Amino acid sequence: MRALLSFLLLILSAAPGWAAGPLAYHLKPVAIAPDTWIFEGTREHFTRANGGNILNPGFIVTEEGVIVIQTGPSRRFGEEMRAAIATVTDKPIRKVFVSNLHPDYWLGNRAFADVPIAALPGTIEGIKAEGAGMTENMYRLVGDWMRGTEPLAPTEAVYGSTVVFGSHRLRLIPLEGHTAADLAILDETTGVLFAGGVVFSDRTPTTPHADIGKWLAALDALEALDVTVLVPNHGRIRSDKAAIAQTRDWLTWLDGTLRGRAEAGADMAELLDLPIPDRFAGMGVLREEYRRSVSHLWPRIEQTVLLRVN
Amino acid sequence: MNRHLAAAALLAVLSGSAWAGPPDPADPLASVMWDVLRPELFGTAPVQFDERVTVTAPDNAENAAAVPVMADATALGAVEEMVLFADLNPFPVILRFQPLAAKPVIATRFKVQQATPLRAAARTPDGVWHIGGKLLDAAGGGCTAAPATYAAADWADHVGEVQARAWTPAGEDKTTRLRFLVRHPMDTGLVAGIPAYFIEALTLRDSEGRALARLQTAEPLSENPVFTLEVQPGPGARGLTLDGRDNQGGEVKAAIPLPWVQGSVQGALP
Repeated sequence: MRALLSFLLLILSAAPGWAAGPLAYHLKPVAIAPDTWIFEGTREHFTRANGGNILNPGFIVTEEGVIVIQTGPSRRFGEEMRAAIATVTDKPIRKVFVSNLHPDYWLGNRAFADVPIAALPGTIEGIKAEGAGMTENMYRLVGDWMRGTEPLAPTEAVYGSTVVFGSHRLRLIPLEGHTAADLAILDETTGVLFAGGVVFSDRTPTTPHADIGKWLAALDALEALDVTVLVPNHGRIRSDKAAIAQTRDWLTWLDGTLRGRAEAGADMAELLDLPIPDRFAGMGVLREEYRRSVSHLWPRIEQTVLLRVN
Repeated sequence: MNRHLAAAALLAVLSGSAWAGPPDPADPLASVMWDVLRPELFGTAPVQFDERVTVTAPDNAENAAAVPVMADATALGAVEEMVLFADLNPFPVILRFQPLAAKPVIATRFKVQQATPLRAAARTPDGVWHIGGKLLDAAGGGCTAAPATYAAADWADHVGEVQARAWTPAGEDKTTRLRFLVRHPMDTGLVAGIPAYFIEALTLRDSEGRALARLQTAEPLSENPVFTLEVQPGPGARGLTLDGRDNQGGEVKAAIPLPWVQGSVQGALP
């Protein structure tokens, strides 16, 4: 088997079309606070051009080792992350946190298989139930970037608590609404909030597992925190809470509009090209995510306006 | 599927030499299935690809088990029958629709097995089929996934339940928007151990017994299928009735109230 693989590698490396080199994310750590770096993703959807690099994973270098938050969309991404972290510090990886079950948060786990990978129990259950299907879909969406990627569920369940690594006190905040289990992490030492999937910044929120009412409550909980830097998992890093307000504004408009249209008798297909207010025009992948949201949210909303007649 | 293909292939061979009329226009969606579906669905009737028949659906199916689609042929004027079909589904035909006293427009949701052309054909009184459509991308698998219905232990108690609503007539033609949902698993028969079990026919009448629309429904419709129609009940009608059956003899029966309209009682008086 190994001989065969080496042979295949030899052929591949000798192929003329390979001159451009293998796919690479070229991840660069960006310092955002003391001991704290992030890798900034694009504000797009998964494509073969971006390889699924649409997330803002990060890491905190503590005296006890490196805390990694999200591992990215593929094994290759996780490996590149690990190599990039090694350019900043020679400390070992201490622990990985995964904020929710969506594929770009944890498909890099294989690169961190030697350290504990922590997540909320609901996230672990979700990954075990849906991880294989999500992985297959990622291969379809981004192709060769996924090579060698296999699902690996987080290994350690965590709950709402404060954990200390060296001089960093991390508050683990269990939320829900974006998915059934959303982990936000506030570094009380630096004031950096890794908001998980709950906050989007100039990037249209994704709703495949959303419960809008619970999500709005989660935003209220984050609004109340003392934050110096907010790391949304998708979109621009901010030193204020504008991204929380933007996410709330979008979700409120989306839910209200779909409910209003359902009450007026609209069909799901008629909602696909509905006008979206100009104030949302700056959000990435606006129309595409809006249409996905219609698919996720409409059937349940429709149930509330069609009355039982027999 | 195999049966359909075989029948279609046979038909194509038999009719090949006896083909009458001008050659068909080229399929704008360049479907590999078009040469098979053309005789299967339309026989030797003339067809034309016509932008007046619109198909509204997403470019990419977010949920392969429930893709929204709306077919609208109102720009053609009178239409006798419509067929909604997805070329590369294991069962291409999603539904057939006769708008008897209804606008030739219908919306529903369906299961998609793989990326496919999605089309609506509308037959005008001169016998010509006018066809519109678009390409739908999909991760697929919708026709071979078990319905979520069976997760509920009491699902069988709810089969045939109807949820519906009619909206006050609007627009110049005073048509009534009607939306209804029928609780049904709509099994394709392609999931191991689950036999085909789907609604085959639905008829809408007004309370005076006048048929407004007939639907022949097929395997690809989503479980708990939802329909949107624009119907024209008689002026004296106080409600609508929905009658149908599934392929295992189960009945669908419901009375759907119409919204109260000012002057409607007066208009109904002799």
